[in-house]
Amino acid sequence: MFAYILRRLWQMLPTMAGVVLLVFLLFNWVGGDPAYILAGKMSNPEAIANIRKQLGIDQPYPVQLWIFVKQIVSFDFGTAWSTGEPVSHILATRLGPSLTVLVPLTILETAFGIALALAVAFVRGSLTDRAVMVVCTIGMSISILVYIIVFQYELAYKLGLFPVQGWGEHFAENLLRYSTLPILIGLAVSIAPTLRLFRSFVLDEVNQDYVRTARAKGLSEGRVMWVHVLRNAAIPIITYVMSNLPALLIGAFLLERFFGIPGIGREVILAVERSDFPVIKAITVYVAAATMVFNLLTDLLYQAVDPRVQLK
Amino acid sequence: MPAHSTSPGLWTLAWRRLRQDRLAMLALTVVGLFLALLVLSATGMVAAHWEDEVGVNYAPPSFVGPDPAAVRTRAAEQPAPPNAFDPLADDIRAIRAQQGREAPPDMYGIEDPLAADLAALRGAAAAQHGPDVERRPTLPFGADKWGHDVVKKTIKGGETSIVVGLVAALVAVGLGTLFGALAGYFGGLVDDFFTWFYSVFTSIPSILMILTVAAVLQQKGVLTIVLILGLTGWTGPYRLIRAEYMKHKAREYVLAADAIGASHWRKMFGHIFPNVSHIALVQMSILVVGFIKAEVILSFLGFGVPVGVVSWGSMLNEAQNELILGKWWQLTAAASAMALLVTAFSLFTDALRDALDPKIK
Repeated sequence: MFAYILRRLWQMLPTMAGVVLLVFLLFNWVGGDPAYILAGKMSNPEAIANIRKQLGIDQPYPVQLWIFVKQIVSFDFGTAWSTGEPVSHILATRLGPSLTVLVPLTILETAFGIALALAVAFVRGSLTDRAVMVVCTIGMSISILVYIIVFQYELAYKLGLFPVQGWGEHFAENLLRYSTLPILIGLAVSIAPTLRLFRSFVLDEVNQDYVRTARAKGLSEGRVMWVHVLRNAAIPIITYVMSNLPALLIGAFLLERFFGIPGIGREVILAVERSDFPVIKAITVYVAAATMVFNLLTDLLYQAVDPRVQLK
Repeated sequence: MPAHSTSPGLWTLAWRRLRQDRLAMLALTVVGLFLALLVLSATGMVAAHWEDEVGVNYAPPSFVGPDPAAVRTRAAEQPAPPNAFDPLADDIRAIRAQQGREAPPDMYGIEDPLAADLAALRGAAAAQHGPDVERRPTLPFGADKWGHDVVKKTIKGGETSIVVGLVAALVAVGLGTLFGALAGYFGGLVDDFFTWFYSVFTSIPSILMILTVAAVLQQKGVLTIVLILGLTGWTGPYRLIRAEYMKHKAREYVLAADAIGASHWRKMFGHIFPNVSHIALVQMSILVVGFIKAEVILSFLGFGVPVGVVSWGSMLNEAQNELILGKWWQLTAAASAMALLVTAFSLFTDALRDALDPKIK
């Protein structure tokens, strides 16, 4: 097990090097000279030369790359260009609000997705099944923007059931007061694709021999579904949920933006709007690293769920 | 009767299967109508004059009737009745009386240096456009902030969104197919390189990748957004096409092509590609749906189409503020046009996949 983890971590190195190289090429080569952005409209050659020296971009490319690698390893990307806030501080403080929304959202989405998928698979092929699938397809076609705009307007602005936007100081206040509507909308948007996917995972299993055997033993349909089928359908479900987590961190940016939640996604949008390269660079590299670590965790979870899986 | 009948090919069989699926044919009709509208609008037959300010600002849809508030404000142009408790009432009355008699104030003694130029410009504009057309109080589906017809605007916006989706999907599938073909066909070091490249791209979530490239490119434009989406979206087609090429390169027909001396390029794209092209087609229609959605979000955030170009995303961006004023029609028009197209396209894609690959059901 330990050897397996070590080997997997070792195999991540080339990919991580690729990500670093890609981000470096994008920002230091394709992106052009950031000194002109930083110096503003009224700039003189001395000021630009000074900024270039501070950023280290007057150095040759290999040296610049080395500076970038040192920044990644030491978690020190300097300060954000637009606000002067240390990038490490930005990342540390924005993670909490993001997770306050994302963790409950993921748990609820997975739980509802599994329950509904098993229920729909129970009546597979019937009119209900087809109707649910058509509703899911239509639900998926409506832009997430429309869900957010309409729900925020109707539920928060018109009916006043939730605060329109905002964020407080205390965790409980944030979770129960400010995150409720974003979580609800996130659930409404994600339940249709999740249900469709989970249904196909479950349907792959219900025709297997072991299901017939379980039924032949006289087990109740509930037990067959919830114990026998679910345990076997768990592997693709875990893959989906785990591999989606890092993407969700960014993917919730629309929710964070509309509801004024100071999270990672909103920070990315602000950084793109302000051309704040250090923030984007840091978030891209660390999210890529998180994605790889989560892939490894997924593989480790497989073994916990399914003893037949051999990690080699 | 011919001596031998040719057996129907993959595409004929797929078409027959597709024809039997009534829902798929309905979806195909809807998609076809959208594409026809796109061609008409691109050639200027429809919605060419969407920028004309034909209605009053925020003119409501005809079936709602003209906005009573707007009519009231026009009636209320007359001064409000005098307020008996207003300490300034006498002064106001004096000013009003003066206004009626005198010419407008002479700009505090400052001569407008642009007055002559402005008069000339206004005269030229009037000569060009003719007298101002009467702005209509209602339009078939309402008007936006400037009085543009929402129906025409939705058609024009759809043109941008669909063209971006189609071209970006073409770029992405083209790249994915090329990379996948090279990796799957040659194997070895080439395969290692492209697989490394693939794992680099997939370890960055696609939306983050799109935003990062948008931050670097720094310029708005339809071409930029096509490039962003196309250059980041090739990973899905790559994985599938590579697997197909690995499977096909050892098949007998490829060995036969090798025996008659076909070049690598000819074997890859003359012989193998027609046998895997259905996968590229399905991938493409999946990507079109995804890219239309992505374009809408990017344009909404302001990283997409430039100012002056309308897309469904920029319409939703305007509609967000309009909704607070109670003007729901632009939101409804853009959202339902997009939902209709995406639903039809998704249903058609599902049916197409089933028809082309009957083994996967």
